[in-house]
Amino acid sequence: MNKLELQKTAVEVRKGIVTSVHSAKAGHPGGSLSAADIFTYLYFEEMNVDPKNPKKEDRDRFVLSKGHTAPGLYSTLAVKGYFPVEDLVTLRHIGSYLQGHPDMKNIPGVDMSSGSLGQGISAAVGMAIAGKIDHADYRVYTLLGDGEIEEGQVWEASMLAGFRKLDNLVVIVDNNDLQIDGRLDDVCSPYPIDKKFEAFNFHVITIDGNDFDQIDAAFKEARETKGMPTAIIAKTIKGKGVSFMEDQAGWHGVAPNDEQYALAMEELEKAGEALCQK
Amino acid sequence: MSEVKKIATRESYGKALVELGKEHEEIVVLDADLAASTKTGMFKKVFPERHIDCGIAEGNMMSVAAGLAAAGKVPFASSFAMFAAGRAFEQVRNSIGYPHLNVKIGATHAGISVGEDGATHQCNEDMALMRAIPGMVVINPSDDVEAQAAVKAAYEHDGPVYMRFGRLAVPVINDRPDYKFELGKGVVLRAGKDVAIIATGLCVTSAMEAAEKLAADGIEAKVINIHTIKPLDEELVAEAARETGKVVTVEEHSVIGGLGSAVCDALAAKAPTPVLKIGIQDVFGESGPAWDLLKLYKLDGQGVYEQVKEYLA
Repeated sequence: MNKLELQKTAVEVRKGIVTSVHSAKAGHPGGSLSAADIFTYLYFEEMNVDPKNPKKEDRDRFVLSKGHTAPGLYSTLAVKGYFPVEDLVTLRHIGSYLQGHPDMKNIPGVDMSSGSLGQGISAAVGMAIAGKIDHADYRVYTLLGDGEIEEGQVWEASMLAGFRKLDNLVVIVDNNDLQIDGRLDDVCSPYPIDKKFEAFNFHVITIDGNDFDQIDAAFKEARETKGMPTAIIAKTIKGKGVSFMEDQAGWHGVAPNDEQYALAMEELEKAGEALCQK
Repeated sequence: MSEVKKIATRESYGKALVELGKEHEEIVVLDADLAASTKTGMFKKVFPERHIDCGIAEGNMMSVAAGLAAAGKVPFASSFAMFAAGRAFEQVRNSIGYPHLNVKIGATHAGISVGEDGATHQCNEDMALMRAIPGMVVINPSDDVEAQAAVKAAYEHDGPVYMRFGRLAVPVINDRPDYKFELGKGVVLRAGKDVAIIATGLCVTSAMEAAEKLAADGIEAKVINIHTIKPLDEELVAEAARETGKVVTVEEHSVIGGLGSAVCDALAAKAPTPVLKIGIQDVFGESGPAWDLLKLYKLDGQGVYEQVKEYLA
């Protein structure tokens, strides 16, 4: 996909996020929107996946370690064709397969159940080790929140990944600088993030995570990196794409009301139309 | 008892892993810097490329095991019971239990028979924790024969299994030609109409010794070995309760949440019967030689005998 197509797709993904969270009257729009461009790039450009055959053996794997941003993943999977976009409105409803946090048993395309912070990266490390043992070609990607890396388990997993030189693993940190209680620096700062991953023997790339040129360059660089895992520190804007949600900790885990929803969708429609003029 | 062969069930675990590893390429073994103690070192020696030492990071190890299982491997993840079930509880619950991944947990050094290390390392709560996870199978074998059979049964079972092994060398009691391990099935070791003693793990030996002493007093005890705590052989337990009207459970585990609780849960529904729960009575353990501790906490043959005798009086 070229950059313009990726941008258009990301708008569709963002619409799905806002729509599903609005319908659920709960969920996490802020961190889903900040990572929407990364989700889009992974599923529409980077990863070897087939929505018609979600479990094909040689597929690349993705683990959403920041599982609470399931709306971002679900919307991407739906737009990609794993399941109907219309199902997104069932998010968090009783009886829906779209659980509040990713459930690998029932959701096509979800490679690992997640939601308890810090555990997804470990599972991704396990998958990458399996790939190494089997001399398989698949790659493993995992997306973490920047607040999530306050969990000690993230560093246990990173230590193992660096030690075992897992160059089939890419760890992406969605560095939107906000966690539930506020700015990272006002809660319990994990900065400097890049230096920490370097210390655990990662190749580290810092980018603007809402810029497809930089995202593209980073994943290409990761692919070329041998003998060590890659960490991409993606500086993003929480709530990206919906003006009143941008850079607001308050939109971490709150759903828009009807009025806010209409406003958000109007903005996204306009963004989509503007891209079509290009 | 001096002639009886004694083997620690952690040894059995190591041996069985090597045997299984030869047959099944997809088996991988994880440890957290305790390979010499959990005996996964035996597997490492034969299959170094399939042994993953995660360092002293048990929570991470459990989630890594989940990832390996999601990628088609059959991981056996090992540590002391305290850390496998205790420290890593939430990883076991969320990374392994919730997605029902095919991970086998080999937890060694369970119970007070850890001995000298004392209370911090004597896990008397692991079965309670693991039992509470939906879909988790919990096995507590009584000796070497049963432990090796349990490891094979765990491999054959599709889904998460928690296996509980001991540090202490314990008598081999199941080395008979017709021995067969059936997951979820209790084993009647002795017939009797006066009381049913239901035991698990190394306490099966104590229960048998107690039954002999009771017989000398004219009391005939039925003895049942429950190696699978979950799913429990509820029918066998209920039948024994109906037959004897008096039930005693014996375990090297807290009386809260382990075999005793599982038996009471089953009997409350199927055959309400008074139950004496012998085990660790809601206290922490302490340092000391293992056999002395078992005696102190009345989990040896004599201790079980005395408690049953008093209960029946």
